[in-house]
Amino acid sequence: MSEMKNIKNLKEFSTSADRFEGANLLCPGCAHSIIVREVLNATNDDLVLSASTGCLEVCTAVYPYTSWDASWIHIGFENGSTAVAGAEAMYKALKTKGRLKQPDRNPKFVSFAGDGASYDIGFQWISGCMERGHNIMHVVLDNEVYANTGGQRSSSTPIGSSTTTAPSGRKSYGEKKNKKDMVSIMASHHIPYSAQVAPNKWKDMVKKIQYGFSVDGPVFINAVSPCTTEWKFDPKDTMLLTDLATDSLVFPLYEIIDGHELNITYRPKNVVPVEEYLAAQGRFKHLFKDEYKYLITEWQERVDAKWAMLQRREEARV
Amino acid sequence: MAFDKMELRDIEVWDGNFAAAQALRQCQIDVVAAYPITPSTPIVEGYAKFLADGYVEGEFVMVESEHAAMSGCIGASAAGGRVATATSSQGYALMVETLYQASGMRLPIILNVVNRALASPLNVNGDHSDMYLGRDSGWIQLNAYCPQDAYDLNFIAFKVAENHEVRLPCMVHQDGFMTSHTAQGVKTLTDDAAYGFVGDFKAMNDMLDFEHPVTHGVQTEEDWHFEHKARQHSDLMTKVMPKIQDAFDAFEKLSGRKYNIVEKYDIDDADVCVVCMGTSVETAREVATEMRAKGIKAGVVGLRVIRPFPFFEIQEALKGVKAIATLDRSSPNGAPGMLFNEVAGCLFNLDKRPLLSGKIYGLGGRDLTKKHLVDLYTELQANVDAGKVTTQLQQFIGVRGPKLSFL
Repeated sequence: MSEMKNIKNLKEFSTSADRFEGANLLCPGCAHSIIVREVLNATNDDLVLSASTGCLEVCTAVYPYTSWDASWIHIGFENGSTAVAGAEAMYKALKTKGRLKQPDRNPKFVSFAGDGASYDIGFQWISGCMERGHNIMHVVLDNEVYANTGGQRSSSTPIGSSTTTAPSGRKSYGEKKNKKDMVSIMASHHIPYSAQVAPNKWKDMVKKIQYGFSVDGPVFINAVSPCTTEWKFDPKDTMLLTDLATDSLVFPLYEIIDGHELNITYRPKNVVPVEEYLAAQGRFKHLFKDEYKYLITEWQERVDAKWAMLQRREEARV
Repeated sequence: MAFDKMELRDIEVWDGNFAAAQALRQCQIDVVAAYPITPSTPIVEGYAKFLADGYVEGEFVMVESEHAAMSGCIGASAAGGRVATATSSQGYALMVETLYQASGMRLPIILNVVNRALASPLNVNGDHSDMYLGRDSGWIQLNAYCPQDAYDLNFIAFKVAENHEVRLPCMVHQDGFMTSHTAQGVKTLTDDAAYGFVGDFKAMNDMLDFEHPVTHGVQTEEDWHFEHKARQHSDLMTKVMPKIQDAFDAFEKLSGRKYNIVEKYDIDDADVCVVCMGTSVETAREVATEMRAKGIKAGVVGLRVIRPFPFFEIQEALKGVKAIATLDRSSPNGAPGMLFNEVAGCLFNLDKRPLLSGKIYGLGGRDLTKKHLVDLYTELQANVDAGKVTTQLQQFIGVRGPKLSFL
């Protein structure tokens, strides 16, 4: 039977049986490892994991080493979700046929992928997995950029961010398109659970991950993952950046149950202006020139509108 | 076991697709992840229907592309069970990235490839363009000439691929429509005999063994990548062929049907010979016999195993022949042709080299007629008589318009 882990405090949580080793090659200050540990530490059940090609993958399974003390697979950039879905299909088949080596276990199937591997190149594969109803969880480590290949724009990159393929310059403020709304898109697959999480709000995150593990069917999690290298902030400030992301409501924390029931799960006591979130990152530095300041105003309006929409959706209970 | 067995007649009338589907049923595949494409679709449709009717137990995952089909197969195989799928042409092309990943991860997946042309122009009919596209993908590749072969070679494929000394994926190729949709008599095995031949799946490094977590699909750079690729190649060059031979021997004992790594026909005293694959082998054999009645000592060499390439077996088969033509059913697009090149490599260091020319034929399902082969054998005899290749080295057979010759 599945065991729901009882977590009392952060100290106990951070020192609980760890299946993702600190011995990895991720940048100092990278939020990926924090998110992965929070997801894995949410359960004592066995895990079958995948990573799509990207920072997490290249930094944690460099032969002859591995940072994973759980079954783990990487195939390619676009197909990590389907890798885990294939494993889940095999689990079902062997369960039916009575051939599981440890038939009493209740494994959890989780795929980790960056925003490039989820919003862009792996979009079709994830959509297929969600539509087919595999009992898997897909977690996006959303740093809003192709970080592993050196900082190119993805369809998760927000307006005004300077990336290597949408650079700011004398005649450009960088990325021109707004971020794709993956949580809504995935919820529209009518999956049991779709949510946005952030590593600073670990209790909220663990609650959502545990709920995700408890449902039967596909789960989509979008985790904000500040990238010290591409967002351009001091590695010691990762949690500060995450706080700014959640408290400015640029990354609102909410969940969508069964494709329609929306709940806001975190309401900042003091909402921080979007300007403060932007000012803390080198990738938005150019927006503070006089000619681009209107973009900061538009950012704030966009965030306010989204927050209002989320609140109306929550109130409507539809 | 909660599935029903199927009573088969000793000889059933099956096309190549249904023969392959029946073989998959008898092997009791645990997971099939598949996507439809002409002309291979009936294989996975057959499996789905067997599942729906309770003749197999397992999971059928109907994914959203061929890339996802092989991706799902890789995940399922790494989890630890018997896995197979089927594809053709554009689907195979879309799958190519994952073909390399499957073999590099040493996963014994079986892929039935119903050979079909590659666009553009779009074409649903049979040629070997898809087969050639994946020839360096690290898979074992077997070649069927008819529905009987398509049935039998699936058992061979599982037997070899799943051997723990091999652990490589395996393709079974059959010609689109000419084999896949042509019904012929197929001698069957009973369900028990067939399953007994392939045996229970024995997992290794399985992700679902939670007491022994494994990491699949690692990163290697200049420090280890070459060693991994070299070992895979080394295993293909040294370990696989003996296992295939063992499987052929065991299968002959079981069924009375004998397969060979290279299928030689009237080759021992042949002066002239064609080297080919797929349904053309059967046509060439018929014509070779007719040529002998006319006094031309004709033979045929068919590749049964495409990868690993049977270098020494082909060298041995061809060393006494005076003039040889290779038949490549894929546009080489600016080169002599895969079979021409490979066979030339086999022959180059012989003391007495046969005359070698290459033919390109049958693209997009264009028929190779007996007349084409009569002309070809006649031409090869002319080469023997002249002591040299009397034509240009590369010629197109059966294409309309002015005769195309190169090199």
